[in-house]
Amino acid sequence: MPVSKSVGARIKRREDPRLIQGLAQYVDDIQLPGTLHVAVLRSPYGHAHVRGIDTSAASEHPGVVAVVTGDDLKDNIGAIPCATTDPEGFPGIQVPDHPVLAHGKVRFVGEPVAAVVADSSYAARDAAELIEVDYDPLDAVNSSEAALADGAPLLHEQFGSNQAFTWAIAGGDIDDAFAQADRVVKQRFNHQRLVPNPLETRGVVAQFQPGDGKLTVWSSTQIPHLLRTQLSVILNRPEQLVQVIAPEVGGGFGCKLNVYAEEALVGYLAIQLKRPVKWIESRRENFLHTIHGRDQVGDVEIPVKNDGTILGLKYTVEADVGAYYQLLTPAIPTLTGLMLCGCYRFQNVSMELTAAFTNKMATDAYRGAGRPEATYLIERMLDCVAHDLDMDPLEVRRRNFIGKDEFPFETGTAVAYDSGDYEIALNKALRKIDYEGFRKEQADAREQGRYLGIGFSTYVEICGMGPSAAMPAGGWESGTVRVDPTGKVTVLTGVSPHGQGQETTFAQLIADGLGVDIDDVRIIHGDTEAVQYGIGTFGSRATAVGGTAMVMAMEKIKEKAVNIAAHLLESNPQDIVVDDGKYGVKGSPDQGVTLAEISMAAHGGVNLPPDTEPGMAATHFFEPSNFTYPFGTHIAIVEVDADTGEVDVLRYIAVDDCGQIINPLIVEGQIHGGIAQGLGQALYEEAIYDESGQMLTGTFMDYALPKAHNFPRFELDNTVTPSPVNPMGVKGVGEAGTIGSTPSIVNAVVDALKPFGVRHIDMPLRPEKLWKLMQG
Amino acid sequence: MIPSPFDYHAPKTLRKALSLLQEHGGDAKILAGGHSLIPLMKLRFASPATLIDLGGISGLRKVVAGNETISIGALATHHTVESHRLLKSRCGLLPETASAIGDVQVRNRGTVGGSLVHADPAADWPAAMLALNAELDVSGPGGDRSVAIGDFFEDLLTTAIGDDEILTRIRIATPPAGSGGAYVKMHQSASGFAICGVAAQVTRSNGACASVAIGVTGVSAVAYRASAAEAALQGGPLNAETIAAAAEKAADGVDDYQEDHHASGDYRAHLARVFTRQALTRAAERAA
Repeated sequence: MPVSKSVGARIKRREDPRLIQGLAQYVDDIQLPGTLHVAVLRSPYGHAHVRGIDTSAASEHPGVVAVVTGDDLKDNIGAIPCATTDPEGFPGIQVPDHPVLAHGKVRFVGEPVAAVVADSSYAARDAAELIEVDYDPLDAVNSSEAALADGAPLLHEQFGSNQAFTWAIAGGDIDDAFAQADRVVKQRFNHQRLVPNPLETRGVVAQFQPGDGKLTVWSSTQIPHLLRTQLSVILNRPEQLVQVIAPEVGGGFGCKLNVYAEEALVGYLAIQLKRPVKWIESRRENFLHTIHGRDQVGDVEIPVKNDGTILGLKYTVEADVGAYYQLLTPAIPTLTGLMLCGCYRFQNVSMELTAAFTNKMATDAYRGAGRPEATYLIERMLDCVAHDLDMDPLEVRRRNFIGKDEFPFETGTAVAYDSGDYEIALNKALRKIDYEGFRKEQADAREQGRYLGIGFSTYVEICGMGPSAAMPAGGWESGTVRVDPTGKVTVLTGVSPHGQGQETTFAQLIADGLGVDIDDVRIIHGDTEAVQYGIGTFGSRATAVGGTAMVMAMEKIKEKAVNIAAHLLESNPQDIVVDDGKYGVKGSPDQGVTLAEISMAAHGGVNLPPDTEPGMAATHFFEPSNFTYPFGTHIAIVEVDADTGEVDVLRYIAVDDCGQIINPLIVEGQIHGGIAQGLGQALYEEAIYDESGQMLTGTFMDYALPKAHNFPRFELDNTVTPSPVNPMGVKGVGEAGTIGSTPSIVNAVVDALKPFGVRHIDMPLRPEKLWKLMQG
Repeated sequence: MIPSPFDYHAPKTLRKALSLLQEHGGDAKILAGGHSLIPLMKLRFASPATLIDLGGISGLRKVVAGNETISIGALATHHTVESHRLLKSRCGLLPETASAIGDVQVRNRGTVGGSLVHADPAADWPAAMLALNAELDVSGPGGDRSVAIGDFFEDLLTTAIGDDEILTRIRIATPPAGSGGAYVKMHQSASGFAICGVAAQVTRSNGACASVAIGVTGVSAVAYRASAAEAALQGGPLNAETIAAAAEKAADGVDDYQEDHHASGDYRAHLARVFTRQALTRAAERAA
């Protein structure tokens, strides 16, 4: 798609004025008359039998309308769903019942046990305190290692062990690769558990209309349509009588790509009580009972030639998935498997995964969702190879890069990279630094007892999700484009933006495509009653898949507009050109008609070409043929304080290639946020549970998010390698920054500490850890 | 995040506040800036039946940086101290410490007195107040009294203030000419509190160390004076070697280290030595 007036321009986000003026409507802003409020009582134990629940005092508390427990619900409501439990994909998978409210047993701190409904949130919260639960505490397990040990306490006794499932992928011949190798480079990696922490916590409002039996649910979700389908099943309501609305959603990072107990609970209570019901998640609840990310620990072995040629990769890994499955829990580590080869040519690969139930919240999709783990271990391993062979880390990368002429490139894990030029992104990033000069500066600094380091990450990731065949619930997306009689354009998109800026980028595409002013375009999303079925926003798919669906619908409209213009101008459609908002005849542009005039004719229904339907609306459902594969090079330059071990990030350079760029400002914003979250994992973040299953990092006093002052100014640039997968050539940029950045920081710190014989350090890189390594 | 129900009082005078405190006894909590108390109440880790808000009492926020004495009202915010021009020239250690606390929002609401009385083992003010030999003015039903900072911190979250008393003012002898101070800190990456913070105030006389005081926070259950390090410098020459040697004693005698996933006791003791060296070096430069 050619860059024209609007596409490619640095247009400020149209959604921002309402967001920064406090005019946006989030779930908690929805105030329905007569609303009841829910407080959820949660397990204070990591693992315990529930011997009894006494709700009598809570029921008598002033303002309380109802108190429900797991026993009240279990025969009246379905279970929390998981979409990825196919035993063919996950051999030996055990699928535990996942109740909305626990009964019989609790398996993690924060698990919902009972709910109080009252006429104010204060009364509900106070009454919840009055519920007496008779717990019989049990020993807990807080890691996959502890869970899989002989004699470990069992979360789900009926399975006979805590093993949740296994998964494996193999390509080429890994045994042969080991046989051919000059040596094998090995390292164990821990990908610590993270808390997604969107700015807006979750929240649900539900309203039941007894007259027609309709249930409306407002939820802070990334997937309104999928949630609607799932709620109709859980609540046993006809789907056409369930409406889900995702109002303004204050960030998700994957944690709202899910179906949660409270969504079902609040819907159930609204139906039972026939009054609007609201539940707003506290930050404390968000730490405990919104999904977590990562949590893999495993061993990597890479057979190499002495010249640095990588022959293969073997990853033997355990995933700690928590106590139950949420929507996509088992699928997340499989994405690690698909991307194990990074941007390198080797074809021999093997991953064997064992997943374990533990007394923790479930893991699921968190920004990057399985790919940060892959990129981290391959990019760290490249540096370990360089270390062991005494080579430069860049030389190892260049030796193994897939060449730019080899695309589409099928990897050993049988995914087909759509397009790429890894060397050009690396070279462009290197031009921003003086690498040789830095190495001299580094050597001089070491003489003075100062420790500088440089780290590279040459990443590739998989996004634009994705072909339906590779997805649990459809990988297509939908778009409708409507032109109103006055020529204004309304778009209904099946994606559900919550910070990604599609109200701007989609309008840019329409403005250029139909020749209208961007202010005349409205993008509607997130309401299942307004928008045709869609899949939602996750996996950096909204523009590559949803944008394409919309553009294809727009092309249908454009064709119709051109035909009507030709009719009005008494010309031929092939002679119509669109210029400066006018549909005119080639050679005499002044005579043209506007989209408004065309649309008025279409809606008048009289003055139309033969066999033309009246109206101006078109819908397209787009099925992508492949994923997309953005890539890039990130470079971090750090200094580690010799006295304290504190890391100072001195420079951060990122050259990213997300295909064609619709709005550079929004792309940069996504990269900024992505880098911040990736650096957060490298340096600060870690969700820690103790041996009894208590979460030690359940507030912002203990769980360290990165802050603006932790970063230098990010130095960004890009290359543009269009994707052949969609007509716009876009790839996606929502997660690339997170995926690419983490290893660059760790590689830089390891490089800084090389004089101390350091070869690897597990994240997060706390000052004390580094200081101890410097003590030898 | 909804706290348990509580009664709220906003007295206009100190006398009224004291009588409310007597009336409600152990069920009442004093509210100053609220930056420690309110989060604890929202988590229901603290559920006082009564809050007595001192915010409406005039005079408790006043900061005076005199030639002889510096006086800081207990309800002065961190920001007031951080931005006080005269304090910057007369006792730079105070604004420097204030600027190391939390973020702008915390500094705009949080109070010096509230921080001292809460006695968090990782708070910043205890280090500076120890290094400045502060005197704390306390009012109670029996009248006013003064507590030396060295006698103030008794244990984790426990001070010498009685249940029926209120801290009103912090008094500090204005450092003489030839005196300099510095505060060096490592922020805990989540909360911003001190993993270790060291405040040093040094007075030079003819190149020698006429007086030195070092306060250390974050390392043990209560902030302490690094007496062994002070003794090593007192009266002797002030140079890189003597400072380095003294700083090695900065954690001597500590036997109740703070430990958590952010930092071990050993590491905190190490930081106390490093930061003591850095704070003394900077303070000595400023004293020149």
